[in-house]
Amino acid sequence: MEKQKKPVTKDIKHEYSIKGMDFVAAGEASSNIKHTLQLIGFAPAVIRRAAIAAYEAEMNIVIHAWEGVLITSISPERIEIIAADTGPGIPDIDQAMKEGYSTAPDHIREMGFGAGMGLPNIRNVSDEFTLDSSLGRGTTLTVVIYPTA
Amino acid sequence: MKLKETVNELEAEFKCCKLLPDRDVSWCYCSDLLSDVMANAKKDSIWITLQTHPNIVAVASLIGLSAILISRGAEPDPETIAKAAQENIPILTTKLPTFEAAGRLYSLLKK
Ligand SMILES: Nc1ncnc2c1ncn2[C@@H]1O[C@H](COP(=O)(O)OP(=O)(O)OP(=O)(O)O)[C@@H](O)[C@H]1O
Ligand SMILES: [Mg+2]
Repeated sequence: MEKQKKPVTKDIKHEYSIKGMDFVAAGEASSNIKHTLQLIGFAPAVIRRAAIAAYEAEMNIVIHAWEGVLITSISPERIEIIAADTGPGIPDIDQAMKEGYSTAPDHIREMGFGAGMGLPNIRNVSDEFTLDSSLGRGTTLTVVIYPTA
Repeated sequence: MKLKETVNELEAEFKCCKLLPDRDVSWCYCSDLLSDVMANAKKDSIWITLQTHPNIVAVASLIGLSAILISRGAEPDPETIAKAAQENIPILTTKLPTFEAAGRLYSLLKK
C-alpha cells in the first residue's frame, strides 16, 4: 500500500501573455501580479521587489522580444517569476547585465526606456536569478524571491 | 505632508484624480528614465518628469508613488490621463522646470 503523502499547500500559478511593442498593455501583467501579492498579504517590501522584477522583465519582452509570457508561482515561502519569450535572444549575457548597456533604439530611449538598468535592477531585488538565452530563439529569465529571507 | 499642501507652491494643476488631494507626500524623485525611477524612487514620493506617455502610470502605481508632476509646461497624453484615472495616480502639471519644482518641494518637505 502506498504511504499517504503529506498534504502540501499548492502554489498559486498564473500566466500572462505579453506582446512585443505593445506599449498600451505594457505593465498590466506586473500590475496584476502586484495585486495578487497584495491580496495574499505579503509585506510591502517584498511586494516592491517582486513588482520591480516583474515590470522590468515584462518591459524587456515588450521592447526587446517578439512575444512572451510571465509565469508566476506563489506560495507563502517562495515567489517565482519566469519570463520566457521568443525573440532575438541575448548574444552576450555578461555584457547585457552591465549597468548602462542597452541596445534600445532612439525612439524607445525617448520614452525613458533603455537606461540599461532593467536587468541589474532585477538581479538586485531577487534572491535567485537565472538568465538563459538562445540566439534567434528567445530568452528565459527566472527570478525567485524568498519573502522571509 | 499632504499632496494638496504642495500644489500652490508648485504652481501645479491637477490633470486627474483631483479627489485625491490628501495623499501623503514624503519625498520626491526627479528622473526621465523609467528603470531609474523603478529602482530609486521611494514610496509616497512625487515623481517629477518630462515623460508624458501612459507607461509612467504603471511605474508610479507599481512602486506606490503619491503623484506624477509633469514639469516645464509639458502635457500628458490623453491615454496617460485615462490610465491614471483608472489606477488612481494623480497627475499634475506645472510650468516650472524640474529644478525649480524640485527646489520648492525640497524646502517644503524639509520644514
Ligand atoms: N528578453 C530579451 N530579449 C532580447 N534581448 C534582451 C532581453 N532582455 C534584455 N535584453 C538585452 O539586454 C540589454 C540590457 O537589458 P536591460 O533591461 O538591463 O536594459 P534596457 O532594457 O536596454 O534598458 P532599461 O531596462 O533601463 O529600460 C537590452 O538592451 C537588450 O539588448
Ligand atoms: Mg530593460
